[in-house]
Amino acid sequence: MEVLLQQIINALNTGSIYALVAIGYTMVYGIIKLINFAHGDIMMFGAYFGFLFATIFPFQLPLMVIIAMSMILAALMGVIIEKVAYKKLRNAPRISALITAIGVSLLLQNLALLIFSSDPKVMPPLISTQKIYILGLDIPTLTVYTISISVSVMVALTLFIHKTKPGKAMRAVSQDADAAKLMGINSNKTISLTFAIGSALGALGGIFYTLAYSQVYPTLGVMPGLKAFVAAVLGGIGNIGGAMLGGYLIGAIEVFTNGYISTRWADAIVFAILIIVLLVKPSGILGKNVKEKV
Amino acid sequence: MKKLFKKFDKIVPMLVLIFSIFLILNTLIETRIFTRYYASILVIVAVYIIMATSLNIATGFLGQLILGHAGFMAIGAYSAALTAIALRDYIVNDLLLFIVSALVAMIVAAIFGFIVGTPALRLRGDYLGIMTLGFGEIVKVILTNLEITNGAQGLTGIPTIMSFPIAYFTMIIVVSIIALFMTSRHGRAMLSIREDEIASESVGINIFKYKITGFIIASMFGGVGGAVYAFQIGYLTPGSFNFTRSIDIFVIVVLGGIGSLSGSVIAAIVLTILPETLRDFASYRLLIYSILLILVMLFRPQGLMGTRELHLSKINDKYESIKTKLRNKFKKPKEEGDA
Repeated sequence: MEVLLQQIINALNTGSIYALVAIGYTMVYGIIKLINFAHGDIMMFGAYFGFLFATIFPFQLPLMVIIAMSMILAALMGVIIEKVAYKKLRNAPRISALITAIGVSLLLQNLALLIFSSDPKVMPPLISTQKIYILGLDIPTLTVYTISISVSVMVALTLFIHKTKPGKAMRAVSQDADAAKLMGINSNKTISLTFAIGSALGALGGIFYTLAYSQVYPTLGVMPGLKAFVAAVLGGIGNIGGAMLGGYLIGAIEVFTNGYISTRWADAIVFAILIIVLLVKPSGILGKNVKEKV
Repeated sequence: MKKLFKKFDKIVPMLVLIFSIFLILNTLIETRIFTRYYASILVIVAVYIIMATSLNIATGFLGQLILGHAGFMAIGAYSAALTAIALRDYIVNDLLLFIVSALVAMIVAAIFGFIVGTPALRLRGDYLGIMTLGFGEIVKVILTNLEITNGAQGLTGIPTIMSFPIAYFTMIIVVSIIALFMTSRHGRAMLSIREDEIASESVGINIFKYKITGFIIASMFGGVGGAVYAFQIGYLTPGSFNFTRSIDIFVIVVLGGIGSLSGSVIAAIVLTILPETLRDFASYRLLIYSILLILVMLFRPQGLMGTRELHLSKINDKYESIKTKLRNKFKKPKEEGDA
């Protein structure tokens, strides 16, 4: 029982990270129908920003400041990438936009390789390594932080999307960009905002990921990025709630196969479940099925 | 009879071109002007041409997004390598050993193409891409965990029977079959599916049949590409058939022009040789490559060739038209002078 509870906590921890990154994929897809392959690498850069802010100052900055600064930088990065690389291709065939995203992903990885070199940097433990005793379990402080911060950020995002004007604009543009423009919504600004929020959340996921594994390296974003993307598809791409659900599901699947079946097959099972879900319900768990019109 | 001669007219220059390129490259290799390193790059170019043209059937002509082509390459590479290891004592002739193993690779890859394609082709667009991506990753994990493939340590002891002539003519055969198929009635049916699925269904084209045929042919030749690769490298690890490899092939297809075979060939040559020539810039190499990729897509989103093809006869026509234009230009002033 205790092992199971421990595993559930682990699943929530991994799932939170995947959910944070998956939101970025799903928001961008929802608004400009682009699989942003560079998102995993923005996550990686977010982690590097966190590493820099944690190490270059002679004194230790508080965790929240490090996180906030990295998120702002990553948001800026996302907006610049959209302006430079994606904006021009909004009306081009979607496959060219996809290739551009792949190009940006390669560019970011090689940029990181050039700036930080390929050997992994050790992330200092920003959170005390003491364990917190809850419900008869010893839980690392980091896990508590990860889960609670992620969940509160996601709640805040949901409120933002549904209760504020910019959130409403975002939903409008993703439903019908042309109609939204006619209603006086500045779609360029809205798209920029989407990229900013998505990238900031990706950076947050990246920082938690590196704090958990205590290493930062240029290809860090590839595998978690791919899995977060799978999570977004699983939940129904374009649907923010779906991305959160998908993230926690993928986290749970991974942790439980690691714990109870075999660590070597975990990736295969994650992708196999993705394929099965796609075959049964191609639009994902929470996605809406769009009928094709003649 | 006249028709036959007309076809002959087209085929002969093509054959001349193919053999002259072969003779030039082969003599360069035989006389050691091209080192072994260059020769091996040429074989890899052939591998990428096979991979890109085969993917172009599914992505370019059928319009299906496929992000797991390296999975079929891996299946082909491993099945060819295992066949060759098992048969190397019975078949001493390198060429025969290659042909037998490549055929096995083709059949195995085609079977997997059928198994994956049947359910996958119900999906469309991005979802199909994601599903094939998942397939590629699963193949990688399975190859890592099987005992016969020696897991993550990699399969060694593969006879390195590949040589430039074998690679070159394998490539020529694959590309010719694909080109002939694509210009046939079946190829045109596939094109119509890409342009409009519902319209082509309403004129009586069996969409599923053509989709699955295209998918199987793509995976089959992807397997052949893997076989050539295996015998060139002589050492296989599951990690070398990862998502990045699928993306490399996909980039070649899109950059060359989706639906243009000659575009795929050109892009495969350029994109394989370019990183090698940039080797002097060492760490900047991939940076330059990625920036070029973005720039090409920003300024030429339809790819280098678009959907057009490079035909010898067209080049000839162009040459003739330029010739007559020039002749007219030089003639005209004379006539005016006479008047």
